[in-house]
Amino acid sequence: MTWTLFELLLQASLMTIFVSVTSILLGLAFAIGLSAMRMSGIGPLVWFARIFISFFRGVPLLVQLLLIFNLLPAIGISLSSLATALIGLSLCTAAYQAENLRGGFEGVPRGLIESAEMAGLSPVQSFIWIRTPIALRLTFPALVNEAILILKSSSLVSVVGMIELTKMAQNLAASTYMPLPIFASAGLIYLAINWIVAIAGRRAEAALPGLPAK
Amino acid sequence: MSFDFAVILAKGPQILAGLGVTILIWVAGTILAAALGFLVATARRYGGRLADLVLSVPVEVLRGTPFLVQIFLLYFGGPYIGLRLDPIAAGLLGLSVYGAAYYAEIFRAGFQSVPPGHSEAADCVGLTRIQTILHVQLPEMALLVLPPSMNMAVILLKETALLSLITVPEMTMTVQAIGSQQYAFVESIVVLALVYWALVELANFLGRVAERRLSTYSA
Repeated sequence: MTWTLFELLLQASLMTIFVSVTSILLGLAFAIGLSAMRMSGIGPLVWFARIFISFFRGVPLLVQLLLIFNLLPAIGISLSSLATALIGLSLCTAAYQAENLRGGFEGVPRGLIESAEMAGLSPVQSFIWIRTPIALRLTFPALVNEAILILKSSSLVSVVGMIELTKMAQNLAASTYMPLPIFASAGLIYLAINWIVAIAGRRAEAALPGLPAK
Repeated sequence: MSFDFAVILAKGPQILAGLGVTILIWVAGTILAAALGFLVATARRYGGRLADLVLSVPVEVLRGTPFLVQIFLLYFGGPYIGLRLDPIAAGLLGLSVYGAAYYAEIFRAGFQSVPPGHSEAADCVGLTRIQTILHVQLPEMALLVLPPSMNMAVILLKETALLSLITVPEMTMTVQAIGSQQYAFVESIVVLALVYWALVELANFLGRVAERRLSTYSA
């Protein structure tokens, strides 16, 4: 295991970080949308959100990625590997984050929603300015957890042709016949990134404003 | 583009064989993972500070790295240190060890939930440490550890799909092979996704039934 090989792994890990961060943020936006649908009380929207969440939490990410990778070109949409990877990861994490957010929305104190109504906010305004920020604050630790999960899951995007940390490790292991040190190093890099995410998450959590009283 | 599902469904018996391997590895892997995780949690609690510290390392490493990297390391790296396993054995071992790290944390929380007075009381009436664990602590933590344990079992079911990448002949690998033989890749993946979806929802349903059963006993 030479420094050159390790450097190649480190470079590839930048792609891992990029894909993970983008997917987490896109997924968060989708998740808020799904939560809005689920709480809208409009039948078809509620069912769409339910089925979406159930499907993306019920099918292995590997299969989801293969599905997107093969289905979209077959119906005439051709996308790059990167776009496929980002769509796959963000849809999957959106389903999990929506499930996390559900708890957050349930934790929004009833009185605050009523006050918003009394103050003349429309249901949509109340959702955007009162309920969503509080739900996000309540579920922040779950978001950090989800970020770590997505970082690990991003190892699967190699199946749609992305070269990120795991794929680079596979390529190097095959060309150098040194799978042991190379996969171990890749594991250590994942561990280090996750460790940083976990610490940063705890710091950020401490810095955020306090939770609303029940 | 038209889709032809008949060519995939004609391969029903092959798909079922793959499903069989998936379920077998999943069930065996989950039981082994839970048993090993319980042992690790017990050793961390009663083995002294050194055991706790030493065992925290593999638990954190396994939880902090992707399962895919773990199985690649085991399957492709193993032979270099004399660990030559066939794909199924490597897959089962990989899944069990990976799951054990998460089950160890679940049971650790379980041990913490049992009031210390209860195990002290068990000690006072003359129960041995093992009797206390099996007859007092384990039943008391059951209701708390059941939901995360079922959750973990479902996660492990989905992780078995990754074993196709180390050539374990489970469902994902079988159906993908059928898809490329029949030039029906999209159809094959759609069928695959639907079978997993049904399986996961079934497992979730069984988990909820188990929780309800257990909560009536302990209420």
